[in-house]
Amino acid sequence: MDNTLAGPQVAEPEAPTPRALFLGFLVLGLMAFGGALPLAHRMVVEKRRWLTDAEFTELLGLCQFLPGGNIINLSVAIGMRFQGVKGAVASILGLIAAPSAIVVLLGIVYERYQHDPQVEHLFAGLAAAAAGLLVSMAIKIALPLRRKPLLAAIATVSFVAIAILRLPLLWTMLVLTPISVWLTAKVAK
Amino acid sequence: MNDTLIALAQIFTQLSVLAFGGGNTILPEMQRQVVEVHHWMSAEEFSALFALGQAAPGPNLMVVTLVGWHVAGFYGMLVTTLAKFGPSSVLTVLALHAWDRLKDKPWRRHIQTGLLPVTAGLVAASAALIAEASDLNLLLTVITAVTATLAWQTRIHPLWLLFGGSMVGLVGMDHF
Repeated sequence: MDNTLAGPQVAEPEAPTPRALFLGFLVLGLMAFGGALPLAHRMVVEKRRWLTDAEFTELLGLCQFLPGGNIINLSVAIGMRFQGVKGAVASILGLIAAPSAIVVLLGIVYERYQHDPQVEHLFAGLAAAAAGLLVSMAIKIALPLRRKPLLAAIATVSFVAIAILRLPLLWTMLVLTPISVWLTAKVAK
Repeated sequence: MNDTLIALAQIFTQLSVLAFGGGNTILPEMQRQVVEVHHWMSAEEFSALFALGQAAPGPNLMVVTLVGWHVAGFYGMLVTTLAKFGPSSVLTVLALHAWDRLKDKPWRRHIQTGLLPVTAGLVAASAALIAEASDLNLLLTVITAVTATLAWQTRIHPLWLLFGGSMVGLVGMDHF
């Protein structure tokens, strides 16, 4: 948004309004296909200059530390920073409004034509490709562990507990997280 | 209906605070709850919804919204979305004030790097479960393998890979 309400350009731009936050994240939500992080950086740092590069990196660090999607947390953190709770709500609503509507439309199409052979085949191919994207992500995350047998063992135990034994995530994490944190610290020494 | 909404709220609230390392780590638990515990859909249907979520724009894991909608319509979608995004957002708001003091503490870094092996296992579990439910024949298995290799080794945009997989499915499935 080239909003000229901010008046003459100064070194430090004014804090974005809730409306600007909503619209900014609405556009981001619509444009983000397969990984929103680079786009978020471009919008927040380069285009709208809401944050400097260093501020962005620091906020992202917080968002990666906390549970939840990085982009979701980032929208909340940025909104909160400029406009408090109102800004946080405006940002996250902006981010998920359009994708929610689109995904439900896709869902309606899927349910209506699920049993049409052509549509069924198309969606089967789509699901197989989506699974492939997950596989590649798993490879990328797991590869750095290959030379650290203890940490690879923790990853294997967490895989077996969840994928094969189908244990509840809560208990798996409560048991494995302390062990993993302790072993990682030990290996790092 | 009310019981269903309460169950959805409980499941996704828990998933919200357990989603360390991003959304893909909680897919197996979501699938376990939705398919095995509550029998709201089959594993194949869950994979299809996950795929639709990946094909839509926006944050990762739009499957959350779809699951709520599939199980209990509009209110299901509302409850699920609120339960999934609410608690982690509240945590973000609370942590924002403390972060300046926390970020340089050694234990903060220890916990973050220490979570990585668990996260790696969980994402691998997600991949295995979704692939198992999606790859119903040889062609679909090949689509998964080729997509994985291309996404890993090249910089082709994920959306093209999803499009390519759909087209191969559309054209090739008749022969399998």
